[in-house]
Amino acid sequence: MSFINNSSAPQTRLLWIAVALLGAVAFAIVALNRGEAVNAAWLVIAAICIYLIAYRFYGLFVANRALGVDGGRPTPAVRHNDGLDYVPTNRYVLYGHHFAAIAGAGPLVGPVLAAQMGYLPGTLWILAGAVFAGAVQDMTVLFLSTRRDGRSLGDIVRGEMGPVAGTITGIGILLICVIVLAVLALVVVKALIGSPWGTFAVFCTIPIALLMGVYNQFIRPGRIGEISLLGCVLLLAALIYGKTVSETPALAAYFDLKGETLALIIIGYGFVASVLPVWLLLAPRDYLSTFLKIGTIMLLAIGIIIVRPDLQMPAVTKFIDGSGPVWSGSVFPFLFITIACGAVSGWHSLIASGTTPKMIENEKQIAFIGYGGMLMESFVAIMAMIGASIIHPGVYFAMNSGAGLIGTTAEQAAQVISSWGFVVTPDEIAQVAKDVGENSIMSRTGGAPTLAVGMAHILSSFLGGRTLMGIWYHFAILFEALFILTTVDAGTRVLRFMIQDLVGNAVPAFKETTSWTNNLIGSALSCALWGYFLYVGVIDPLGGIWTLWPLFGTANQMLAAIALTVCTVVLFKMKRERFAWVTIVPATWLVVCTVTAGLEKVFSPDPNVGFISHALKYGDALAAGQLLAPAKALGEMRRIVFNDYIDASLAAVFVLVVVATVVYGLLSIRKALGNPQPTAMEIGLAGAAVGGRHA
Amino acid sequence: MPDLQELFDQSASAMRAAGYWGTRTARLMIGVPDYEAYVAHRRANHPDQPIMTYVEFFRERQQARYAIGKGRFRGCC
Repeated sequence: MSFINNSSAPQTRLLWIAVALLGAVAFAIVALNRGEAVNAAWLVIAAICIYLIAYRFYGLFVANRALGVDGGRPTPAVRHNDGLDYVPTNRYVLYGHHFAAIAGAGPLVGPVLAAQMGYLPGTLWILAGAVFAGAVQDMTVLFLSTRRDGRSLGDIVRGEMGPVAGTITGIGILLICVIVLAVLALVVVKALIGSPWGTFAVFCTIPIALLMGVYNQFIRPGRIGEISLLGCVLLLAALIYGKTVSETPALAAYFDLKGETLALIIIGYGFVASVLPVWLLLAPRDYLSTFLKIGTIMLLAIGIIIVRPDLQMPAVTKFIDGSGPVWSGSVFPFLFITIACGAVSGWHSLIASGTTPKMIENEKQIAFIGYGGMLMESFVAIMAMIGASIIHPGVYFAMNSGAGLIGTTAEQAAQVISSWGFVVTPDEIAQVAKDVGENSIMSRTGGAPTLAVGMAHILSSFLGGRTLMGIWYHFAILFEALFILTTVDAGTRVLRFMIQDLVGNAVPAFKETTSWTNNLIGSALSCALWGYFLYVGVIDPLGGIWTLWPLFGTANQMLAAIALTVCTVVLFKMKRERFAWVTIVPATWLVVCTVTAGLEKVFSPDPNVGFISHALKYGDALAAGQLLAPAKALGEMRRIVFNDYIDASLAAVFVLVVVATVVYGLLSIRKALGNPQPTAMEIGLAGAAVGGRHA
Repeated sequence: MPDLQELFDQSASAMRAAGYWGTRTARLMIGVPDYEAYVAHRRANHPDQPIMTYVEFFRERQQARYAIGKGRFRGCC
């Protein structure tokens, strides 16, 4: 990487010019080509060239000039080195740790959903969003936390903007956790409905994890390599045996489940995993899912490079007008909400103020880890976009549209989708299901199955051919389900803590985290919160994702807006307002997007977009005693109205949280401008007294 | 004609280095930092205090990773 840091030598300058030219050519092919199929390799080349240039010329500029990272200033890892939490860590090792912590289901699912508008709008936002918003946010929060002993985002907001702003942010984070867990669990449910093969393989991860946990606790403690290998072998065996299960009707019946059943199982599972000791179930599953996640992402990258498939999805579809069947809403603001994590993710600000800042050796490495980590995440999103765009567009829409729109048979679906201009035959839809070993692939919303089909196409092209497509498809489903469920386990615990903390303000005894009563009540509350939204999403005849994903995206982008606002405030308090535009620009854009999206979700007169107008439409029909499709009974009608109001309230709260944070941010900035001295609350200036903990 | 033995030695040591760094990265990904660094730190700074064995160290880290506490968010988006 040395050429990245030294651009003065003539040969390195030439190299950068070559990178820029290559990137420009590849980008022009991707963006300007019309009519002919574009090869995915061009997308990969364009993305990599843009990332390299962005890192060298913008990321390093923000780090060195705007933030003013100081290589001579001791980091928390150096000052508090205890060999445990605070450990100066090699930057490549830490990069791996940070990437594994931020990578998850978001960048894989969001781009798949965004592909309904064609591959180009989503790709542009994945690239621009990561370079100017996401990576800047991740790096700046990492920088702020490193200068504050690795404090969390909530603590930083409290310290820099006051306790009220801190509490508002805390409530925002809690709501985000609820909606994130619900929507991610919904993705798993949607992928497993009526799929005995996938359900069997995912269920098998529980006994496998228990076995690994017992082995690791009692037989050979601490041998992570051994148990992970053992777990992977057993997992592959379960995957292969799953085919037999799905082909044996007596066995398949046990694993051929409805959405409602799967949702209840996952909610119950989340509760049990949150209550059990971590070594038994949570930790071993985490090992499996982390290694499988990193391994599969690398395998997919290799696959795309070797196979170089053509993109079948058009660059832009007619659904940019907002009439799309996968999710509702037009390009602005909803495309920017939908992509979520691949471009900018508020969730990362929680991770960048978590364990990573406690392990940075030197402030000079913040750009590589924070900015570079997000660029890699963005690349994962590009791969997901490729995965969704290489399958037949007709098949894509058959998989991602709710049954309320395209019906339940391949014939109906083919007719409806062909009428949208994506000509597809019932045979083509049925053939994909047959290839991947499923009864049906229709209305498998949520993105994961679509990506699994794309991955199965790519991986089977160079490993195993058509006969192994079923294995690869279910491997991809297993890989996504595994790390989503690990997030659900860990998230339920985090949510439980936050609830205990919040309720504990009123009932102090509830704060005690070691109490079993509190543990059970807290876990039950936590599961009930996200479980409610999960269940509502599962029974939603429009597919659930159609309703809830925009809410999830809004929540996530809202947190990013909050994080970038506090970054801006701190830049002013550091007297670095000259450079504050690096966070003001993305913060403004995200505030505009989330507030517009939030208000539209609440107040839009279009019942497809606005929750209240949807509720009124169904409420009026209910008053007149009519049934509106897809409801089949008056009780369902009442439930739809009730859920609409809950969703509307949630969207309204999101908007209020953002607006309140921005107001507090502006007040803090005015105060900072009025003070000639820097007022940022940093810790650990060279030579200053070092307080705090030391083991 | 390159010296095959030398080439072999070089690639073997490169593989060893890759394995060493790969293992450390993989361990930190699941929340277990370097045990040797921990021991060296305790020996250098707290020579009078006990040092956890690897198994104790591993269990302590495993608990800490999932401890209900602030700033332990992971893997979502």
